[in-house]
Amino acid sequence: MRRAVSALVRKDLRVELRTGEAVPSMLLFSVSTFVLFHFALDARSVEGDLAAGVLWVTLLFAAVLGISRLFVAEREQGGFDGFLLAPVDRTSLFVAKAAVLFAFLVAVELIAVPAFAILLLQPSAVQALPELIAVLLLADAGIAVVGTLIGALGIQTRARELIVPILALPLMIPLAIAASRATSPLLLEAGAGALPGSWLLVLGLYDLVFGLLAFAVFDYLLEE
Amino acid sequence: MAAPDGAPAVALRDLGRAYGERVALSGVTLELPRGATLAVFGANGAGKTTLLRVLATLLRPHHGSARVLGRELPREGWAVRGRIGLLGHEPLLYRDLTAAENLRFHARLHDVAPGRAAELLDAVGMTRRADEPVRALSRGMAQRVAICRALLHEPELLLLDEPLANLDPGAAGAVEPLLGRASGATRVLISHDVEQGLGEADLVLGLRGGRPALLAPVGEVSEGDVRGLYR
Repeated sequence: MRRAVSALVRKDLRVELRTGEAVPSMLLFSVSTFVLFHFALDARSVEGDLAAGVLWVTLLFAAVLGISRLFVAEREQGGFDGFLLAPVDRTSLFVAKAAVLFAFLVAVELIAVPAFAILLLQPSAVQALPELIAVLLLADAGIAVVGTLIGALGIQTRARELIVPILALPLMIPLAIAASRATSPLLLEAGAGALPGSWLLVLGLYDLVFGLLAFAVFDYLLEE
Repeated sequence: MAAPDGAPAVALRDLGRAYGERVALSGVTLELPRGATLAVFGANGAGKTTLLRVLATLLRPHHGSARVLGRELPREGWAVRGRIGLLGHEPLLYRDLTAAENLRFHARLHDVAPGRAAELLDAVGMTRRADEPVRALSRGMAQRVAICRALLHEPELLLLDEPLANLDPGAAGAVEPLLGRASGATRVLISHDVEQGLGEADLVLGLRGGRPALLAPVGEVSEGDVRGLYR
């Protein structure tokens, strides 16, 4: 499986570097949304629950853009058939696509989160960077797992652009709640509070449950 | 992994496949010995491509049974993937990758040494264009790269859907030793070129409306019989 995953990841990253079809659009969407919030909220800065909500809703919508593009080359250029003809475990496609989506999200956040801090936070609200990174990575893993499942499902339909958000966003509500609750105390102007372990645990469980579910059903999603 | 000695490379019994209510293939029964070539003829929509995709394990049979290289489909499809080379209407190449990158990608999936890709590109006269993205290649050149992809892992069963489409006579001559009888592989060949198809075939299958209208050894089939399928 490692050989196939490595081949698929390298292929996807190479295609993205060459075409820039996913990450730039996700990034542009995120930063534009933060700019809109900056002006629309009519406040010099946000903190706590509001800041966490703005951050996660924006990142989730940006993720949907990436999810919609995840399997396009596979569908439109025969990648599914090429892969299905190879003597490899079909789950390797799931692992590779989830890893690629995770990498896309991290790449977007490397620029989008600093932009969020500059546009919407007071400098004093950005003190718990290691904790924030931990929440981001755990949530990204969940988005990658669910997004890959939904992407594979959506690509089978003609209304991909519609199906992906309709299915992905409700499934990500638990993730949005847990990520926002975990992030909220980290973005207080009065100084970061403690990282709520219980919400981190919820994120971890979400990743685990959907990861197992994906392993169980992904093969069937690849069927004709 | 190999088929038991003497077992046919392809054995179909009353094979059928539908898309929703529409029956695309039905009642196909035949045996193709190892190393032999089956030429499949029929008008557009006759079920030729469906047959090829079932044999390639990409579509499940809905009726009857299909054994490929001694394995029952779809139950043992995993055992024959990697032993089949499919050259269909689509080249199954990523347009934004170069020809060489595409072949290296498939070589990794099939656990084939990357040197094999270079060897095949040379054989089809594509070495000079190997580092150009597939989107920049003509259809004929992309077809040559697709032929390399289908042959990378030295498949025992070749499923060829109009393999010479888009190729100029020079390119067709270059790929002949790779795809022709000299390849040694069992072949299922779809062609609209009756003369060429019959010249390659050991067994002829003619499909009309998804059903076999002609099934006979090549010696018992005339060009007129085949042309009748298109009327």
